[in-house]
This record gives sequence, structure tokens and C-alpha cells, in this order.
Amino acid sequence: MTEVTWKQRLEGRLPRSIAREIEIYETQMELKRQGKIDDKVFAESRLRRGVYGQRYDNGRRQDGTGTRTLEYPSGELTKGPNTLWDAPGMQRIKIPFGEVTADQLEVIAALAEEISDGIAHVTTRQDFQLHFVHVDDTPDLMRRLAAVGITTREACGNSVRNVTGCPLSGICSDEAFDVTPYAKALSAFLLGHPDAQDFGRKFKISFSGCAQHACALAHLHDLGLVARTSPPAGESSPAGDRPQRGFELYVGGGLGAVPHEAKVLDPFVPVEELLPVAQAICRIFGRLGEKRNRGRARIKFLVAKLGIDEFRRLVVEERASLPFDPRWTELLPEPAAASPAAAERVVERVAEPETALAAGPFVEAYDAWRARRDAPAREPAPLPGGDDLPADFKIWAETNVREQRQKGYFAVTVHLPLGDLTSRQARRLAALSRRWGGGVARATVEQNLMLRWISGADVAGLYRGLAASGLASPGAGTIVDITACPGTDTCKLGISSSRGLASELSRRLAARSFELDEAIKDLRIKVSGCFNSCGQHHVADIGFYGVSRKAGGHAVPHFQVVLGGQWTDNAGAYGLAMGAVPSKNIPRAVARLTDHFVAERRPGESFQSFVRRVGKAAIKARLEDLTGIPSHAEDASFYSDWGDAREYTIADLGVGECAGEVVSAVDFALAASERRVFEAQVALERGEIDAAGRQAYRAMLQAAGAVTRSEMPDLGDDPEEIVNEFRIHFHDTRRFHDPFAGAKFANFLFQAHGEIEPRFDAEAARRRIEEAQLFIEASHACVARHSAPPA
Amino acid sequence: MDAYRLNVKLDFAAEAAVDLGRLIPIFHRWIQEGRLAELWIDVADYRHVPDGPGVMLIAHEGHFGVEAVGGRLGLLYARKRPAGGGFPQRLRAALGKALAAGRCLEREAALEDLNLPGDRWTLSIQDRLLAPNDETTRRAVEPELRRLLDRLYPGGFELHRQDDAAECFALRVEAGEAPGINALRQRLAAA
Repeated sequence: MTEVTWKQRLEGRLPRSIAREIEIYETQMELKRQGKIDDKVFAESRLRRGVYGQRYDNGRRQDGTGTRTLEYPSGELTKGPNTLWDAPGMQRIKIPFGEVTADQLEVIAALAEEISDGIAHVTTRQDFQLHFVHVDDTPDLMRRLAAVGITTREACGNSVRNVTGCPLSGICSDEAFDVTPYAKALSAFLLGHPDAQDFGRKFKISFSGCAQHACALAHLHDLGLVARTSPPAGESSPAGDRPQRGFELYVGGGLGAVPHEAKVLDPFVPVEELLPVAQAICRIFGRLGEKRNRGRARIKFLVAKLGIDEFRRLVVEERASLPFDPRWTELLPEPAAASPAAAERVVERVAEPETALAAGPFVEAYDAWRARRDAPAREPAPLPGGDDLPADFKIWAETNVREQRQKGYFAVTVHLPLGDLTSRQARRLAALSRRWGGGVARATVEQNLMLRWISGADVAGLYRGLAASGLASPGAGTIVDITACPGTDTCKLGISSSRGLASELSRRLAARSFELDEAIKDLRIKVSGCFNSCGQHHVADIGFYGVSRKAGGHAVPHFQVVLGGQWTDNAGAYGLAMGAVPSKNIPRAVARLTDHFVAERRPGESFQSFVRRVGKAAIKARLEDLTGIPSHAEDASFYSDWGDAREYTIADLGVGECAGEVVSAVDFALAASERRVFEAQVALERGEIDAAGRQAYRAMLQAAGAVTRSEMPDLGDDPEEIVNEFRIHFHDTRRFHDPFAGAKFANFLFQAHGEIEPRFDAEAARRRIEEAQLFIEASHACVARHSAPPA
Repeated sequence: MDAYRLNVKLDFAAEAAVDLGRLIPIFHRWIQEGRLAELWIDVADYRHVPDGPGVMLIAHEGHFGVEAVGGRLGLLYARKRPAGGGFPQRLRAALGKALAAGRCLEREAALEDLNLPGDRWTLSIQDRLLAPNDETTRRAVEPELRRLLDRLYPGGFELHRQDDAAECFALRVEAGEAPGINALRQRLAAA
């Protein structure tokens, strides 16, 4: 059998830019193994590729009797601050607005069983996650995903995260228009965009087709876009023109420990302004956002600090100053008028440095993806009726099937318990989607998968296929469909077992599903493992987040009960915590809350309105007896969490990587230049003399560009421009001068740049590499001198 | 063949039934006691997933689990990290780990006489690059497996290839006798 690598096997099947990007990452891994790259820089670099840490990756685990040290073979080698190399991690796989093809599902399935634990997990942001993944397996994982059009780039870290979108976009009768192509355009535009590389925290974007449903939860996003037309649907313009498409633009929302509701930045942004306005917002966030205090670095704090009026003014001003970029309209689905600012300089960012991963190469790589349109595979037909249908089918269809705007077609939700499906299930779902659903599915923020464009004639057949695969659980979007973050199962920040609780609640409620009152069947329950809200508990009817309490010297897992949240109206309101209940009493608390609601609600009253009317004090009083903790001798079960036999402890809490590492754009670029020097050395060792010499020059150029961009963010990638501006701003001003060597290191760059078509022998190449290394060191020193606080 | 991600799934006796929830405290205790000389990491509960991995015990080199995928209740060992030696050594190591874990399970009083007869098990290779599910892999794997099985089952055995092309390469062993875990371990050590 011929032994090959995945790199060889997939040769030519990856976009060249993506393949190169993965090679860069592999080189960084090698540099990290050799101790030649800073912990924080590598951590942020891998986080920006979705390579995350997991619980216990600091090498310590409380086993219920004491703390055990995990003695990994790689010893003290780390992949980030306090994160051991061999410790299993989590791989986040971005799926823009949740649209996943059958091919992609099959690769995710294969990866899950080969390098993970056999489970693919759908998240509350329409991503997939694989757990217990070794970092050594991640480059090939990225290659295999890239071969089917998925990049993990910027899945985590201080970057634009997955752009989410309503799973019903394009098929919903209430939407203003299909937001799918605009979500694609913005995803592609911002991926690797230079203006989105210098954030202090993550940045989350969502697209909604309407305002009144939960849709894509615009109000809780950093940037929430709600489709609008001008004039609105149903009205006509005075001139009889076609309605103009645009978005009501929200900014500054976010959950986290203290949720903020997004503010309206602009009630109507025309579609052709979507990309430049988003870019302007990114620039302001990158420039003015907090970077030292991680706890206050999200854009919501910046908007709150400045006030929405001032923030708006800054955005307008920034937008006006942007260099023209033809992609603002080229990426949109419809032909749009060219920008009147065509005389401005076009930004050409075609290099491949760490910071300025030019959107150009990535955009080209995803042209086919952007062009793909969701479409039916078969003729429309009504749903089958009649008494001869199995009872199970009817029960399932009642909750999991809804008719699309396009008559005769149906959206079928595959309810995944806790968002999990096996590799085999994922493959079978891929086959079913090919057969009946056009080969495409959508992940939802409720951790399910949706097949769209299913002909009514095929729904029963699809059901049988799903049932044979264990994928026909009814209750999607109902009270049994409980959202939970990973919590203490795998997250370093988890305080209580969100998944354990969600599983227990779902099981109990499902067992009673036939007798549940209509009034509570559609309530949303959401569980977070801690206050950081990854389970989106703030917008649930009944939300929970993990906390810990002490009793008799023991720690006891609890959950705060959060009421008053609103899922509809695009996450219209946030609930408030009203008291902590021991984890093992939560099922009783849920029963009591729902019984109370059923017994005392007014006709047509929503749960949220009920809570508001009755008042939290009264509700809290009803749960008071459930807050007590029996002694350990009376009931030891209270002292361990759901699904975990260990005595409960918070000793395993670690430092989360959700906040990423704050690594400036300059630091990233300098790290990239060092990587180039390393590659030059490798080339020299292989006898590729000219390549070694040229790569060393490019390393210097990259470092010079990094230093200069710290003052000129719009500096292009033209070598002549870089060297010229570097000379003006840093050499002529003596800012780059070494205190002892003066202009010596700057002259290395000028000399190398001045050589036309240089030819190298081994000695010259080696010398050039040394000069490059010294130039990079001087660049670090220059940056350090100029960023040091005044004496 | 360089593939090291070998899975071995030992079937429980046909009439066996296990409350998977009972495995959670058992697996946590194995971690506390340092059983089986593995670098234990955690217990993963997937009981909520239909036809899923059940309850797993995650270790650095590989995962253990009790699951009923495909309608067969069994103990799975799934190697995840590179292993030394050639294919024969890796095969023996994977089977050895599964058998050792099986023996520990059988001794757990809480599992009420759970029995692993040792007459039915499946070898699969979770590596679509180095061991695609095709005839080439079968030719590379089967001779060595047969050599081993001849030592483990002198009474004879059958091998069945699972030829669903979408799945990983797998060979199912059905032996004419049910020697039990202890005997199999002894025969493996002598093989």
C-alpha cells in the first residue's frame, strides 16, 4: 500500500491560499515545539484557526479524591499559557450561517470518528465542534475541511467569529428578503480582512430576515442585521420604484456575564453599504476598543462608553475615509451601482502575512460557495394526510415540520439531543439530504439541523430514513429541546454541568410530553455552565447558569434561575437571575414554575408577561424551599452534579481561551516574519540557495511593513511603497536606529531591496538570513521602545 | 501498514443488558485508582445520543467505552495516538487493552455478572488515508489478523468484512468457541 500524507492526497484540491495558510500554521507548530515562538502568539494563532483548549489542559484534574497530575509524554511543552501540548482540545468548525453540504457533513463525520470521540456537536452559533482532539491532528483536519470548502480560520480568538443567520432565510413567509447571499458576502469579505485583525475581543455578527421572530437574535450580537426594504413590504414608493433592500443595523449587543442589548446604529443601511459600514465598525473597534481589560473589551462596552450617537458619528466619519474597495459591491448578489468614489485608490492587499490575510485570496477561494444557491431537488407536493400514517410520524411532524413560503415544500428540523450526533448519523443525514434536500442542511442556534426544500411527497420517506438512524426525535423547538453549552463536560470555565442538567430535564419532560399543557409546550429552556451565557440563558423563557455554593464545608453545584427573557423579537429582552437552586432541585423548580404558569396564567398570556405580572418576588417565594441544601449525610447526591459521580468541586476551573490572547497586529506580523526567516533557513539546508536568500529579504520586508503599519494602517503591500514609507517614517526620523548600531539594521533592508534580481551562493544566502534576523530583532526593539509607557 | 488508530470492540454476551449510568461511577473510580496504567483524562457521558458511544472513558492514548452501536452492546477500545512497532504489535496492543478493560468490567459487582464471552469482536481501523475500506487494506490486514486468531481460537473462526464503503475498514471476528476474557488474555500473551 502506498503511504501518503493528507497533504499529498489533497494536492490541488485546496485553494492555493488556503493550502499555504495551513502550511504556515504547521510551521508555527514546529516553531512552538522548538520553543521559538511565544506562548501567547502561538495560542492566539491557533485560536484564530479554531484550535481551542479544553478542561484539564493545564495538566491537573480533580478526580473526586484529590487533584491528579496528568503526566503527558510531551512533558512541559505547551501550546499556550498554562496549556499543555498533549492535552486534548476542542476544534471549532465554522459553518457560515449554518449552511453545511452533504460533502462537508461527511468529512466532519470522518474527522469525528478518526481523531475525536465519534461525536459532532452543533453549537449555539451554528458551528460544529469536535472534542478531545490532539493539536498534532489539526493541520490535516484543516486540509480535509478545506478540500470541501470549510475554513476554521477565525473560528475562535479575537476575530470576527462565525456569521450566523436565520435557518429559514429564503423560505420564510415573514422575511423581508433572503439574507443568505448577504451573509455570505460579509463572511467572505471579513474573513482575514486586515481591518478585523486587531480586536481586543471577539466580534459576532448575525443576519435576520425579520424583526418579530427569534430569527438570528440580532439584539444580542455585536453587529446584528435585520432585513428591511424601503419602503417596507406592503407599501409602495411614491415613484413606483422597486423597493430598495437594506438592513436595520444594530451594534453593541452581547450576552456574557452582563448582557447588553444592541442599539440601533442605522434604521436602514442599503445593501451596497453593508460591507463598507461593517468595515468601518471593525476599524473603530480595532482602534478604540479596550485591549488591556479583557473583561471590558467587547464592543458593547465601547458603545456604552461612547454612547450610540458618538459611535454613530465615528462610524460615518470612518466610512467616509475608507479607501474604495470594489468588493463592497462585487460580492453582493445583485448588480449594484459602482461607488461614486471610484477615483480613490483601490486597496490591494495580496500578501500572505499573519495580520493582513488578504481578503482577496480567501474571497476567490470561496467564489463557488458564494455562488451556490439553495434549491429544491424535487417537485412540490402537499404533506400526506390520513389516518393510515403512523402515530409516531404525526407526533414528529407536528413539531419538526413546517411548510415553507414556497407551497408544497417543507423545512424539517432534525432534533439533536444536546446538539450531538454520531459520525454514522451524520453520514446518513448527508445521504438523506442528497436524496431529498438538495444536499444541503442548516445548523440552527438551537443546536439542531434543518433540511429544507423537502417536497411534501417525501416527508414520510425522510422520516423513515431519519428514524432508522435514530434522528427522528420529536419536539424540536419545544420545551424538551433544551439548549446547553458544553459546560463542565469540556469547558475550562464551566461551573456546573449544563449538559447533565439539560439531559435530565429533557428526559423528564419528554417522558411527560403527552400530558404537558399546551401553554408550556413551546417554552424555551436554556442552560449555561457559567455566567458567560454560551447557552444563551438570558433569552430563554426559563434560563439557568451554573454557580457554586458552600454547605457544611462542601461545594454544592447550583444554578441561578433566570426568568423574563424573550426569545422572539430577535432576542427581545433579557431575563434576570432570581436566585440559586441546587442543581439536583432544578427539575422540581422547572415543574413548579410551569405548573404555576399553567394554573394562573391569563388567556393568551405569554410566560414572559406572566413573570412580569406576577413579579419575581412572588415567584422566588414559590421556589424558596427548593433552595435548601440537605446535609451530606442526609443526601450526598446533592454534592455531585448531574452525570458526574465525583464529589463536586470548582477546583478544575481554568483560564478560558474564549477571550483569546491579545496579540497586536504588529506582533502577529513580526511573528510571521520570524516564521519566514525560519523557512529561509530550512530552504538553505535543503540547498535551495536562491529561495533562501529571497525569503530572507521578504522576511525583512514583512517586518518593515509591520512596523510602518503601526502608523499607517492603510499601507499597501507594494515593496517599493513599504520601503519608501519605512525610510520616511522610521529611518529618516531615526526612530528605527539602534542605540549602538545606528542605522545598520535598516541598511540591511535598503541594501537587499536595492538588489535587482540577486543571485546567491550559500554564503550570501546565509548572510542575508542573519541580516534578516537582526532586522527583525531591531523591529521588535523599535516597537517596544515606542509602545513603552512614558518614563 | 502505518495506521495506528485501531479500534477493537468486544461484544458482550447476547443476552447482556447494562444500565450505562452505572458505568459513570465505575469509570470515575478507575481514574481514582489508576487502573490499567492509562493516562486517564475524563469520563464522557453520551447516553442521550441514540446509537451513540454510550459512556466513554477518555485516556491520552485512546478511548474506552461501553456502547450499543449497531445494536450490539460491547466494550470498545479506540486508539488515538501513534503507537510504536509494526501492525502486528499494534494489533496485539489494541486487543490487549480491550481485553484488560473487559476483565476489569467483568469484576465490577455493580454490573451484575456482565459477561464478555470473547467469541465475537470487531477490529476496525479509523484511518481513511492509510487504511481505506478496500481490498488493498484487507490484503494488508487480514493475514496478520488470521495468524493471531489461529493462536487465539484453535477451534476455528470466521472473518467477515464490513464493506459499507462509507464506513471505516472493519473485520468482524466470529469464533467457534467462547473462551472468555481470561483465557483470551493468556492466549494473547503467548501468541
